[in-house]
Amino acid sequence: MTLSSTSDKPVGVIGAGNFGTVIANILAINRPVILYARDPLVARHINEKRENRGHSIHAQVEATHDLALLARECDVIFPMVPSAHFRTMMKQLSPHLHPYHILIHGTKGFDITLPPGETLDSVPKLSRQQVKTMSEVIQEESVVVRVGCLAGPNLARELAQRQPGATVVASHFNEVIQLGKRLLRNDRFQVYENNDIVGVEIAGVLKNIIAIASGALSGLGYGENAKGLLISRGAVEMVYLGRALGGDLKAFLGVAGIGDLVTTCNSPMSRNFTVGYRLAKGEKLDDILAEMTEVAEGVTTVKIAKKCADHYKIRALITDRLYRVLFEGMTVEEALEFLMRYPLNVDIDFL
Amino acid sequence: MEILEEKKNKNRPYEPILEGIPDWPVYQLSKNRKEFVELVTQKSIERIKLLRPSRKQLIDELEATVYREQNRIKRNRWRVDPPDDSRFWSQIKNQLVELSSKNPDEIGPVEDALLEKIVHRYANEIAGNFKPTSYRFTREVVKFWFQRLLNGARVKKFGAFFRNQYTLRDKIQIVGKVKMLRSLALKGTVVMVPTHFSNLDSILIGWVIHSLGLPAFIYGAGLNLFNIKIFAYFMNSLGAYKVDRRKKNLPYLETLKMYSNLAIQKGAHSLFFPGGTRSRSGLIEKQLKLGLLSTAIEAQRNLYLDNPGGEEIRKIFVVPVTLNYNFVLEAPDLIEDYLQVKGQDKYFPEQDKYGSVQLLRFMFKFFTKGSNISVSIGPGLDVLGNYVDQEGNSLDAQGRIIDTRDYFVSNGSITEDKQREDEYTRMLSQRIVSEYHRINRVFASHLAAFVAFEMWQKKFPKLDLFSLLRLPEEELELEYAEFRKTFKRVRKKLYELKDAGKVHHATHLKGKVDHVIKLGIENVGIFHLKRPLLTNKKGNIITRDLTVLYYYHNRLVGYDLEQYV
Repeated sequence: MTLSSTSDKPVGVIGAGNFGTVIANILAINRPVILYARDPLVARHINEKRENRGHSIHAQVEATHDLALLARECDVIFPMVPSAHFRTMMKQLSPHLHPYHILIHGTKGFDITLPPGETLDSVPKLSRQQVKTMSEVIQEESVVVRVGCLAGPNLARELAQRQPGATVVASHFNEVIQLGKRLLRNDRFQVYENNDIVGVEIAGVLKNIIAIASGALSGLGYGENAKGLLISRGAVEMVYLGRALGGDLKAFLGVAGIGDLVTTCNSPMSRNFTVGYRLAKGEKLDDILAEMTEVAEGVTTVKIAKKCADHYKIRALITDRLYRVLFEGMTVEEALEFLMRYPLNVDIDFL
Repeated sequence: MEILEEKKNKNRPYEPILEGIPDWPVYQLSKNRKEFVELVTQKSIERIKLLRPSRKQLIDELEATVYREQNRIKRNRWRVDPPDDSRFWSQIKNQLVELSSKNPDEIGPVEDALLEKIVHRYANEIAGNFKPTSYRFTREVVKFWFQRLLNGARVKKFGAFFRNQYTLRDKIQIVGKVKMLRSLALKGTVVMVPTHFSNLDSILIGWVIHSLGLPAFIYGAGLNLFNIKIFAYFMNSLGAYKVDRRKKNLPYLETLKMYSNLAIQKGAHSLFFPGGTRSRSGLIEKQLKLGLLSTAIEAQRNLYLDNPGGEEIRKIFVVPVTLNYNFVLEAPDLIEDYLQVKGQDKYFPEQDKYGSVQLLRFMFKFFTKGSNISVSIGPGLDVLGNYVDQEGNSLDAQGRIIDTRDYFVSNGSITEDKQREDEYTRMLSQRIVSEYHRINRVFASHLAAFVAFEMWQKKFPKLDLFSLLRLPEEELELEYAEFRKTFKRVRKKLYELKDAGKVHHATHLKGKVDHVIKLGIENVGIFHLKRPLLTNKKGNIITRDLTVLYYYHNRLVGYDLEQYV
């Protein structure tokens, strides 16, 4: 084969957040890892205390604050930074990258490019010209073409406890998929393949919308019937939106779609779920966000997905109601009432 | 009348970039034709065996090949087919049948011999026949007669026939990155990929290459063109190799790709129409055929593989070109084909209703009436679709130099990975398509056709395309004032697109709107019996052939201009 598994070149991870740290630990089982932290103090803390955000750090992980060094030492890099900072990070990394680099990201969010003077709130609609997935950002900002992504039910805390879990590595390149598998796989972590990278990315992003809604249902004190209803209708909505944005149906039915959706909707640990839960309890969005230490990607995703749905004329009821709850002062009860009264009767019409 | 008045200084001839024909890579190829065909044969056999590793698979493949070939001979015979075609394939078939009764250890050598026989025949058929003497002769003949016709028709004076007031360069404008193309052709190997609208394209491009002072390119020309004798003569002398689209069997396709691959590796500048066949709909190609395109990437990778030390190697440059016409001779037939199969997944039957006489008649019409052609040369790309500079360095979006070699590097060394290169081919094809749209040069006639057709479509919003096209032409009339307003609005949007670098337009599109409209209507599909656009006595816009208008309208589809009509 083209890649010798004996190679011991280190693998890079960019972003020392929860997920980045956990992925670095998983990768370290197979290879030495260089972990980049934006904050030099964090990098030093990791190297000295062998600990970060409550995770102990694997012996093969070395933290750094130097992107150039990371790009020089590693041919394979896993960017794990929030979508809001992704493009800025890529701009900094780009001068150090060459076409032989392989990037596999794990960021579940969209990137937005707007004309000068506009903000996400001021534009009425968004088209695919303005909304980019992270793999597209990588290709726009750098010369790297061999790009992949990680998606799936990957709650950082459970992964850190070495509970059984799975991920999808998606890429147009078999080379990247096989490499990702080899690097990530261990006896507690299953890796699946998919070549529709855009579909997988979109599925991973859109499920955050439904996760907020799921939290809201929980917050209202509703039980499993309501959740079953939400997840199944939510999946349909994801398929519609995802197709309009250029994904393939299959990605939404797999580990990165249904798999991730069910996990996040059932997980009080997830940030998006928490946002919904506290909203339903009557808290204000601004207060909730102010208290969170890490980004809840879902809040921005709702905004983006709603404006995309308007542009492509997609009926996305859950997204639309959630948008009103989050940004237009509608209460969760009102939104729910609307959805329950809506005369929708076709179950599945996309197959 | 004079249209497309361009600056006179554009008319200067280009010096040849290489002195004598013996220096040309294509000449070297043809001089050693026998050895080259042998090399192609051997390499193709290696490749086919790699794709069909077991004896059983290979025999199945050969049987399928024979079956298809015999079918082709029965159903679709062409004048260019060799006379022994039928005999050859029945021989092969007999030998294959005999094979089944042989014992296993005897099969191997016989099978190899059969494969070699087939591949060698294909390689020989594909290989071009470039001859310097006939090249020079053709070139002079073309130049001489074109010039005579042009002057005889245009300069209305006695003895004008022998004047040199007009040259082809007045008729056919070459715009775009000419200097870069000339420089890249010296630095590396150029793979030119033009859009394909008319059978005339091949000759036109041949002339363009010559008049830019470039050495002859090898062409992948459709074998059907060789049915027309006059074309066959031109093509043979210009370095064409033959692509037979009837043959879809694996040995043939691999041999064809290997031919192109090796020729590019040997430094022969190449040209093929990546759209595969002429655009049936009049749309700029959206989907390219990836087979031949992949050979450019493969050739580049092989060049790197053969020089692992990192020494300087000949880089391969892909140059998109668009051909812009006011008139496409075959338009009515093409669009009919397109409409017939639209929605159904049938293949297009290759039919050529145009023999030498029709062609000459067309050429005469073409030169006597004012219908200009422009050829836009796009910027050079490397095989991954990155822009290159004049020196041939690949550049990233920020203008930093990239090493193309790195795209083929995995874990520190250059590797061969078919799936990766398939993906690269797909990326390259997308880049070429977007480059086509960018360098496309819009004429007044394109815009007039686009606006008129879209206006009619808007007038009957309930009708789908087919019902619209069935409307009697007498019912279709556009008020001039309304047309003018819309035309002006869309033209303004087109200017904006141009400023954003998304399209080009001819200089004649600027200026008084009435004049431009007049130009457009006069020129769109100018020589068709039934004109796609005319003005009636009231000065309103009418059509005699909506279907053909649809064809010319399609040229501007893909720019999202519909919303402004």
